[in-house]
Amino acid sequence: MSSKTLYDKLWDSHVVRQDADGTALIYIDRQLVHEVTSPQAFEGLKLAHRKPWRTASMLAVPDHNVPTTNRAAGIADPISRLQVETLDANCAEFGIVEFKMGDIRQGVVHVMGPEQGATLPGMTVVCGDSHTSTHGAFAALAHGIGTSEVEHVMATQCLVAKKSKAMLVKVEGKLGRGVTAKDIALAVIGKIGTAGGTGYAIEFAGAAIRDLSMEGRMTLCNMAIEAGARAGMVAADDTTVSYVKGRPFAPQGANWDKAVAYWKTLHSDDGAKFDATVELDASQIKPQVTWGTSPEMVTDINGRVPDPASAPDAVKRGDWERALQYMGLQANTPISEIKVDKVFIGSCTNGRIEDMREAAAIAKGKKVAANVKLAMVVPGSGLVKAQAEQEGLDKVFIDAGFEWRDPGCSMCLAMNDDRLEAGERCASTSNRNFEGRQGQGSRTHLVSPAMAAAAAIAGHFVDVREW
Amino acid sequence: MKKFETFDGLVVPLDRANVDTDAIIPKQFLKSIKRSGFGPNAFDEWRYLDHGEPGKDNSKRPLNPDFVLNQPRYQGAQVLLARENFGCGSSREHAPWALEDYGLRVIIAPSFADIFFNNCFKNGLLPVKLPADKVDALFKAVEAGVGYKLKVDLGQQTITAPDGTAYPFEVDAHRKHCLLNGLDDIGLTLQHVEDIKAFEAKHRTAQPWLYA
Repeated sequence: MSSKTLYDKLWDSHVVRQDADGTALIYIDRQLVHEVTSPQAFEGLKLAHRKPWRTASMLAVPDHNVPTTNRAAGIADPISRLQVETLDANCAEFGIVEFKMGDIRQGVVHVMGPEQGATLPGMTVVCGDSHTSTHGAFAALAHGIGTSEVEHVMATQCLVAKKSKAMLVKVEGKLGRGVTAKDIALAVIGKIGTAGGTGYAIEFAGAAIRDLSMEGRMTLCNMAIEAGARAGMVAADDTTVSYVKGRPFAPQGANWDKAVAYWKTLHSDDGAKFDATVELDASQIKPQVTWGTSPEMVTDINGRVPDPASAPDAVKRGDWERALQYMGLQANTPISEIKVDKVFIGSCTNGRIEDMREAAAIAKGKKVAANVKLAMVVPGSGLVKAQAEQEGLDKVFIDAGFEWRDPGCSMCLAMNDDRLEAGERCASTSNRNFEGRQGQGSRTHLVSPAMAAAAAIAGHFVDVREW
Repeated sequence: MKKFETFDGLVVPLDRANVDTDAIIPKQFLKSIKRSGFGPNAFDEWRYLDHGEPGKDNSKRPLNPDFVLNQPRYQGAQVLLARENFGCGSSREHAPWALEDYGLRVIIAPSFADIFFNNCFKNGLLPVKLPADKVDALFKAVEAGVGYKLKVDLGQQTITAPDGTAYPFEVDAHRKHCLLNGLDDIGLTLQHVEDIKAFEAKHRTAQPWLYA
C-alpha cells in the first residue's frame, strides 16, 4: 500500500462518492453552529420543509454577539439580541444541543468544541466560521464553510468538495523562551504570505510542533486560514489522546480503547508525498508583531516598520503605503517604539487556559502603563474563566489593572460592544489585523498573549524574552 | 438561484491585493438574520465617509468620492476586476450576498481565497481566475476607456474584450453545470441519499464512538 499523508487518510475515510472530475461528497461528523452564520441556513431548511439529517452531530453556541460585561442585563443591542434568540429558537425547534449565554460551558465555538471533547481525532468538522481550522490540531479534517454549505450539511450530513493539495510545514528545533505557537503561526504567514496556503491543506509537523501542547497546536491550526489554507492539522499523539480523555463528549469504556487504537494511525506515513514543503527552524523564531493590515505584514520585535520603497513590486508597494497610512506609522520605526492605546487578550486564537497563564505570568505584580486606556482579558469560555479564577489568574490581572471579562469573541471582530475607536492602536492576541476589523479606523497589531501583556505593562511593544 | 446567462457587463477596477471579506461587508451588518439587502453596505467603510450601521438610510449617507465604485463612469458595473487573494479572511457568505445584491455577477482576479471562491458559486456569482499579466492588461484597458465592457460566456468559458481578445478560463464542471442551470447543491446531493445512508452505516460500525 502506498504511503499516505494525514490529509489523505482523513479525506479517504470520509468520501461517500466521487465523480470523475474529482468532485466528491464528504461525510461530516461534527457541525458546530453559532448565531451569525446559521439563521439563513435554518430558514432555508424550513422553507424547503427539510430537517437536519443528524442533530446529534451538531453542537451550538452563541459567541460573536454576546456581551463580555454585565451579562445578567442581557444583550442591549436589539439586532444582536434577535440573532442570539434566533439561534436559541432554532436549536429548540430541531432539538440541537446548545450552550446558551448563561451556561458555564458557553464560549467561543472553537474553544468550546475541543474543551467538550466534541472535536475528536479522525473527525471531519465544519462550522460557518473560517477559524474552524483550529480543530485540525486534533488530527481532524476541519474547515470553515459558508452559510449555504451550513444548510447543505444540515440537510445531507455531507459537503460537496474537491480534494485540496497537501502542504507540509515542518518546524524543527526548539522554541526559545517566551516564543509561542502564535509566533510560529505569524512567522509561517510572514514566510509564505496570506495566499501561500491557498488551495492547500497544511500539516504542521516537526519537533517544535510535537513539543506544543494542544492549546498551542490549536493556536497554530487556527491561523492556517490566515495563510490561505482552509484546513490546518497536526498528527495525533499522546498529547492529543491525554487532552481528549475524560471530556464530556469523548468516547467511554470499550469505545475509548477502540478509538485510541484508531487515532494512533492518524499521522502521515513515512515517505508520504506532499505537493509543497516549507521548513522553519524554531530556534530562529523571535516574538512576532504585525505592522500592517494583513497578517503577512509581520516582523519580529527587533524589527522595524518596512519602507515601501523596498517593496518587491508595484502592487505590494501600494499595499504597504496604504497600510502605513492606515496604521499611522512611519517607515523604519523600530517596532519596540510603537505605543499602544488598548490591549486585547482572548479570541479563538489565544483565549485558552494556557494563554491566560502565559499573560498572567507577565502581568504578575506589575501595573498597566498610564498611556494604555484599556487592557482587557476575555477568556475563551466559561470553563476557561472558572479554571483561571481557581488558579487566581483573575486576581493577577485585576491587580495589574486589566479588566477581567466574560467569554465571547469580543474585540477580535468587534461585533458586540467591545471595539476600538477610530485611530486607536491595539496589541491584540486575535488573528486578523484587517482594516476596520476591531472597529472602524482601528489599528491592530497581532501578537502572542505574553507579548500583549508585556505591551500593556510597558505601554509599547517590548521583547518578552528580556522580561 | 437564477440561471447564469451570457452578458456584456461594465467593468469596475478595484486595484488592491488581499481584499478581505471584512472590507467587503463589515461585521455590524452580519447581525442580520436575512440573506438579502446587503448591497448598499458592500465595501461600506471605503464607500461612505461616515460610520455605517444596520438600519441607517444609506441613500442619505455621504459617499467617498475617491472610492472607485462611487465614480460616475462605473455606475451599473456587473464585472469587478480585482487583484490577488480576493475575498480572504472570514468565511461570511454575506460577502458574496453583498456583491450580488450590489449588482455584480462576475469577479475577475489572479487568485481568490478558497472559502470565498466556493461561496460565490452558491449565489450565482462567477469568480474567474486569469493569469496576473492578463489581469494587469485588463486593468490598463479599463482605466483607458470609459464604458469598458467585457462579454462573459460561461458556456464557452471565455471572456471577450471589446477589441475581440478572448480570455479563456477554467471552471469546474459541476459548478458550471449548477450555475448555468440555476441548481442548488442540496437537491442534487439528496439524489444520493442511499449512498449517504450506506456510508453512514459502514462508518458507524468502524467508528461507533462517533454515534454513541
